[in-house]
Amino acid sequence: MIAFWRALSKNRLALIGGAIVLVLALMAVAAPLVSPHDPHKPDVKRILESPSTRHWLGTDQIGRDVLSRMLYGARVSLAVGFVSVGIATAIGIALGAGAGYHGGPVDGAVMRLVDLMLVFPRFFLLLAVLAFLKPSIWTIMVVIGLTGWMGVARLVRAEFLALKEREFVIWSQSIGASAFRIIWRHILPNAMGPVLVAMTLGIPAAILTESGLSFLGLGVRPPYATWGNILNEGKEVIELAWWLSVYPGLAILVTVLSYNLLGEGIRDALDPRLRQSVGRFGGRGR
Amino acid sequence: MIIGDPNPVDWVSVEQLRKLYGLDDPLHVQYWNWLKRIVFLDFGRSFAPHGRPVIHMIRERLPITLTLNVIEMLIIVAMAVPVGVTSATRQYSAFDKATTVFVFVGFATPDFWLAVMLQILFGVHMGWLPISGLRLPVWEYLPFWQQQWDFASHLILPITVATFGGLAGFSRYMRQSMLEVIRQDYVQSARAKGLPESVVIGKHALRNAMLPIVTVLGLSVPGLIGGSVIVETIFAIPGMGQLMVQSVYERDYPVIMANLVIVASLTLVANLIADLSYSLIDPRIRVSRRGRR
Repeated sequence: MIAFWRALSKNRLALIGGAIVLVLALMAVAAPLVSPHDPHKPDVKRILESPSTRHWLGTDQIGRDVLSRMLYGARVSLAVGFVSVGIATAIGIALGAGAGYHGGPVDGAVMRLVDLMLVFPRFFLLLAVLAFLKPSIWTIMVVIGLTGWMGVARLVRAEFLALKEREFVIWSQSIGASAFRIIWRHILPNAMGPVLVAMTLGIPAAILTESGLSFLGLGVRPPYATWGNILNEGKEVIELAWWLSVYPGLAILVTVLSYNLLGEGIRDALDPRLRQSVGRFGGRGR
Repeated sequence: MIIGDPNPVDWVSVEQLRKLYGLDDPLHVQYWNWLKRIVFLDFGRSFAPHGRPVIHMIRERLPITLTLNVIEMLIIVAMAVPVGVTSATRQYSAFDKATTVFVFVGFATPDFWLAVMLQILFGVHMGWLPISGLRLPVWEYLPFWQQQWDFASHLILPITVATFGGLAGFSRYMRQSMLEVIRQDYVQSARAKGLPESVVIGKHALRNAMLPIVTVLGLSVPGLIGGSVIVETIFAIPGMGQLMVQSVYERDYPVIMANLVIVASLTLVANLIADLSYSLIDPRIRVSRRGRR
């Protein structure tokens, strides 16, 4: 653990990424306190104003403050990222642990399910599922989670295949510990490193996916502001108001970049060999 | 099952329509009928007012998406391999550092945002490139070479956007793979027997470094096809991705299901091609027939 922190603290880029991640999270939590205006209150006298001292990032078509909307948007984007990755990780751990520990037909069934899911390009699958459901923030979170667990399942399975042959597991089995107890208490804590990395790299992927869906108008619906939403509305008036399109995109870029830097830093600090198995596709959503 | 059912008044016609589309059967019967029909590539008819057979709509659009994706793939490989090899053989050089920055930024750039920014910059402010569709409306009346240029110029922006993220990823994998290979003993011995560096890198190392890349290339096909959703929608390219988004907006379920089947089949074919091409790159791997080991 100490070696891990030492290695991480030497990686300057990862530290910068981590700091930005932290600041973003704080700003999202404190959005009502730090945002200069009400994000939902229109002001018809100040439509599409360019950035000024009053509205740092300008105003939108109905005079709402873009900075405030982006701060509230950060809440939604980060919440979608965290919750959907939480769902994906929970499913991935449950299926991957079962497959890796029990092997045999359980393993076969889980891995075929993974193969099946990976056949569909994720964005197509997401759109197809969303077409059958009522759109809401919760739907988006659940659907992104349900279509994103395959990587974690493979990872956990591989860890379990290696760990279940180790002596501490065999000893626990010999004194009659239940399978659930061995998986939960003995193997899983040892397999959490790669899972943590996959989660850190999964959050930016989920944020990119959510903003992409919202940009198409199929993600989080107004009146909720998200970065993808603001971009979607902004592209209609891009000739008049570049600030509506430039800033939310930059916000996504910086957020995703920071999470990726942090995730790669954690991975290298945990074990450089993990490069092979975790995060081969970085934090890209589709 | 249709959740987005409209709520019309004329229940008799509603029932007739349900019967016509087979929606009055239980779900498992409907699903079985659907499965039986797609064996013959019969995906039914679109729910849209024109009611065209879905397979006709796909036949118009699939070649466009396929062409775009193949071009993107070729560009990615053609650019990522030299970039990756160069940054591996000159690790920590200025070139290597610059590509590393590009990789991280490329990974983090939302493609839809990049698309809008490029449209505004090159399409509107500078007016150099067209920003939507595949051809000018007057295309038919242009002379041959202008036709070619017109088509190519319509493709520049969409293909730039679609290759951006993939290029970043692949040059990274190429670098990683090359770094591992040039540490191997056989590379040292190739150098030791006096082969020029270009042969050592270009022949001995590159072939071995390409092997994992082919795997990644095969695995990235769903990602590329998924990316066409965004690119085709923004640049108004009449391909599968645009069809998918339209049919989701319109809740055109036969089209949505058919789209899924087609893109999943594309992924399978791509993985098969990747598996088969291993033996081209590495003669040690043979496509084995059963009973002949």
